[in-house]
Amino acid sequence: MNGVFDLAGTDGIGPVVVPEEEPVFRADWERTVFPMFAMCFRAGFFGVDQFRHGIELIDPAVYLKSPYYEHWVHTVEHFGEQLGKLDIAELDRRTEHYLAHPDAPLPEHDDDPELLAFVEAVVPAGAPAKRESDKVARFQVGDVVRVIRSSPKGHTRRARYVRGAIGEVVLHHGPMIYADSAGNGLGENPEHVYTVRFRAEELWGAEYAEPNQVVNFDVWDPYLEPVTVTVTTEGARA
Amino acid sequence: MSATTRTQAEIAARVKALESMLIEQGVMTTQAIDRMVELYENEVGPRLGAQVVVKAWTDPEFKARLVADATDACKELGIGGLQGEDMVVLENTDSVHNVIVCTLCSCYPWPVLGLPPNWYKDPQYRAAITREPRKVLREAFGFTVPDEVEVRVWDTSSEMRYWVLPQRPAGTDGWTEEQLLELVTRDAMIGVGPVGAVA
Repeated sequence: MNGVFDLAGTDGIGPVVVPEEEPVFRADWERTVFPMFAMCFRAGFFGVDQFRHGIELIDPAVYLKSPYYEHWVHTVEHFGEQLGKLDIAELDRRTEHYLAHPDAPLPEHDDDPELLAFVEAVVPAGAPAKRESDKVARFQVGDVVRVIRSSPKGHTRRARYVRGAIGEVVLHHGPMIYADSAGNGLGENPEHVYTVRFRAEELWGAEYAEPNQVVNFDVWDPYLEPVTVTVTTEGARA
Repeated sequence: MSATTRTQAEIAARVKALESMLIEQGVMTTQAIDRMVELYENEVGPRLGAQVVVKAWTDPEFKARLVADATDACKELGIGGLQGEDMVVLENTDSVHNVIVCTLCSCYPWPVLGLPPNWYKDPQYRAAITREPRKVLREAFGFTVPDEVEVRVWDTSSEMRYWVLPQRPAGTDGWTEEQLLELVTRDAMIGVGPVGAVA
């Protein structure tokens, strides 16, 4: 989908502000939200691509103004409601309760050794996205390619600033879970992933590009179409 | 668009309410929450990436393996995992400077750098670094990359995770690993800053 989360090249939103020092988590509620991703993933709420799409569906004004980890709350709620795992009316009621009584206790509960073991295991092991596939890669390193002009309505990683742009394949990573499929709940359907290198002039125009700059962007095979390159007598690409 | 944003107190109440429901469902426990937080506050962080960099600076064979396959090379040091299942290290040279971003969300190589700083996730960095990297580096980070050095921005749009292998500074021959470790900052491995100054 085309949305404000697709930020590359957006002007007029202010300078990058870099504090001298900051803690890993700035508030106690961030400490609770961060583990929700892994634990709700384990409980079948979403895969990582769907998790991202839930964030893309946030009200755009809220997306731009809210603290980062609040985005994670929205996506957990989105999938919890969609899957019938969360009653939002009940969540609203409890929110009022804790707003009025911030120190009210959480429900009594026992430790869960299996959940703890999951945390200890998943952090060092991860959840790899590379997959076996008999699909043949349509492109190889050195190929000149164009990102197709297509604006899918659901989840995609086709950022607007590379659509229609011509670049060169510089890395081939092999088949990986296809974000445009998995992120829309349609299964993994692995596709080959490549890194494509674009010159800044190609993305922003010669008059606006900074000198001597490229952007490398990862794409899945269906994002690309081949470009026929004509070499002129001067050796420049036409 | 409703355009309403919550106060910190409102977010905290919402999160506690959500936590209470997820606890009742057995999705979360406070014990497991505390452990996951402890891991990323104290155990997984940029110190690990710095160890890899120093190893690469001091062991040319390791460096060759790291540049060829960062995931495997980091595994030799017991480093890897969530959000770094497939990593590529980007070697800075006299003619190339690399910098990472995720313009669509906030992808970042957790096993070597820990969780990203807030500015990395903020809209402003994600908007500007692909378009005006030299200006962002100069104005936000006080870091100038000479025009003759190519700036390569890596927009982390797939599950590949990139991070930067800075150059070992001159004047560090004979330094101990501990001394070298102090030079390798998180920002140098993102590509927004130089390694520490050689006194």
